Amino acid sequence: MRITQGTFSFLPDLTDEQLEAQMRYALQHGWAIMIEHTDDPHPRNALWDMWDQPAFDTEVDDVGEVMENLRLAREALPERYIKVQCYDASLGQQSARLSIIVQRPSDEPGFRIERRETHDRTIDYQLHSYATVDPPGRRYGQGESHNGAASDGSAR
Amino acid sequence: MADTEEKGRWDSGVTPYAEMGYWNADYEVKDTDVLAAFRITPQPGVDPIEAAAAVAGESSTATWTVVWTDRLTPHEHYQAVAYSVEQVGDTDQYIAKMAYDIDLFEEGSIANLTSSIIGNVFGFKALKALRLEDLRIPVAYLKTFPGPPHGIVMEREYLDKFGRPLIGATTKPKLGLSAMNYGRVVYEALRGGLDFTKDDENINSQPFMRWRDRYVHAMEAVNRASAVTGEVKGHYLNVTAPTMEQMYERAEFAKELGSIIIMMDLTVGFVAMQSMSKWARANGLILHLHRAGHATYTRQKSHGVSFRVLAKWCRMLGVDHIHAGTVVGKLEGDPNAIKGYYDVCRERYNAENAQTGLYFDQDWASLPGMFPVASGGIHAGQMHQLLGYLGEDSILQFGGGTIGHPMGIAAGATANRIAVEAIIQARNEGRDYWEEGPDILKQAGKTSKELASALEVWKDVSFEFESTDTPDVSPTAEPTATEA
Repeated sequence: MRITQGTFSFLPDLTDEQLEAQMRYALQHGWAIMIEHTDDPHPRNALWDMWDQPAFDTEVDDVGEVMENLRLAREALPERYIKVQCYDASLGQQSARLSIIVQRPSDEPGFRIERRETHDRTIDYQLHSYATVDPPGRRYGQGESHNGAASDGSAR
Repeated sequence: MADTEEKGRWDSGVTPYAEMGYWNADYEVKDTDVLAAFRITPQPGVDPIEAAAAVAGESSTATWTVVWTDRLTPHEHYQAVAYSVEQVGDTDQYIAKMAYDIDLFEEGSIANLTSSIIGNVFGFKALKALRLEDLRIPVAYLKTFPGPPHGIVMEREYLDKFGRPLIGATTKPKLGLSAMNYGRVVYEALRGGLDFTKDDENINSQPFMRWRDRYVHAMEAVNRASAVTGEVKGHYLNVTAPTMEQMYERAEFAKELGSIIIMMDLTVGFVAMQSMSKWARANGLILHLHRAGHATYTRQKSHGVSFRVLAKWCRMLGVDHIHAGTVVGKLEGDPNAIKGYYDVCRERYNAENAQTGLYFDQDWASLPGMFPVASGGIHAGQMHQLLGYLGEDSILQFGGGTIGHPMGIAAGATANRIAVEAIIQARNEGRDYWEEGPDILKQAGKTSKELASALEVWKDVSFEFESTDTPDVSPTAEPTATEA
């Protein structure tokens, strides 16, 4: 499956050139840019890990710095989800204005849905990421799986 | 209508309202006053100033004749005052502005505010027609209202969806689907790419599908769609019911099933709406409002209540979403008037603007914004216009424009999602998406047969009719695109 969180997940993956144009748009608005990553893509996981501190004062002309930092993150974290969040600190916003997934693991196993039937036909739903059966560091083919699955995820 | 010969203020009988203190051209507006702008059409022969004073009088302390019991009160404090009357062009209409002291209103009560200001005056014989065009709510009064349970920013964080309009669909056909088939439509639309699906306003609990069955099946669909996309998804479960107790019962069940959102219809009334707002805040569910029935009194320019006023009331009593017009779709909507409505829904501060029909400055005092919802006869091929007219912080609902897609419901949803992402991408790249919109969409259709097919099937669909409700002042240029 393809996780479709983020502003542009239904488009073909953005090229670096297209991504740079989006970053320029964010910098023109004075938004801070933060690179975040995770191996736990549950839709309720609002706290992806920070790659470094948010870039607050980058000039539009220095968009290359953002792209270089992103290159370093991709290089260091090959099998993790990486997204770029752009934050608008202006009064009344004070939140993200753009959120773009810029890297995915090569295999996205998706989610298992668990139904717990309770009373009067009421169902309690829970969503589990297949990847998070393994502990952090051993997901998405990294390290040895606890789950008895092959490290390429094929037996899940 | 009154005897004007040398009559004292307290002499029994009928005295013109304007002479009883309800008209004062020199009145100095206080920061704490509620201000109203009425469009007044006096009967032939009725002086417009007296008509305005009568509206001020009847919406505050006055009755048709002098009463001595006024003298038991500091009556001037409680009298509304008309302070400005201006003719609209060379028509028989006048815009009358009046001020109400804040003491006239119960704290935090839209029911009381509306009973005061629109309670009695609209049937007044001396007027041919009357319309409440706008209200200025002073900050002191505004702060007694809860406002939206979540607001736009919080909702986006809750949904983890940023940078584009949210998209949804109303389940169709409106009536007759069984609960299981209903769930099928919800699932297909959500898995295809929509953020939300929605009960229609008249889907409550009919013989063909009872509310509880619908809720169970809709939530199966929502959870499955979430599992196959990794996204937060929602279906607006309509809790509109015959009684408040039943509305609470339905809302509680929606919560128990894990729904993130419920909806209600405007027809339930202001008190029920405000009670549900309180419930939604207490229970963490997003609250959507369908403005069912509003056009009976908002549409005609000469009589009723403007939608901008209704939108203000709803932001005060607190809903997270409100249907506010599409401009391009099948329902009434002048672009400039709708820009005014959307500004009322979303902005921190509305400056007076004759072109968009805003008669007063309005400071929203940090009350969160509501998502305006565009619904009714819109499709993917209009995406550039929808973004231009309605802005990024909006919810675009494609009912027929999803479910009527020739390749199926999920394909219709995908077409809409790709269209919105493609237009946002182009806008952010600095392209003139208003002019280039059709090309941008056509290009995006090259990698999406779903979008290409939607553009083909609905290419000639537009709804070009003259609006009945337009601001008096026409703009000199095309309306500017909103950048929300």
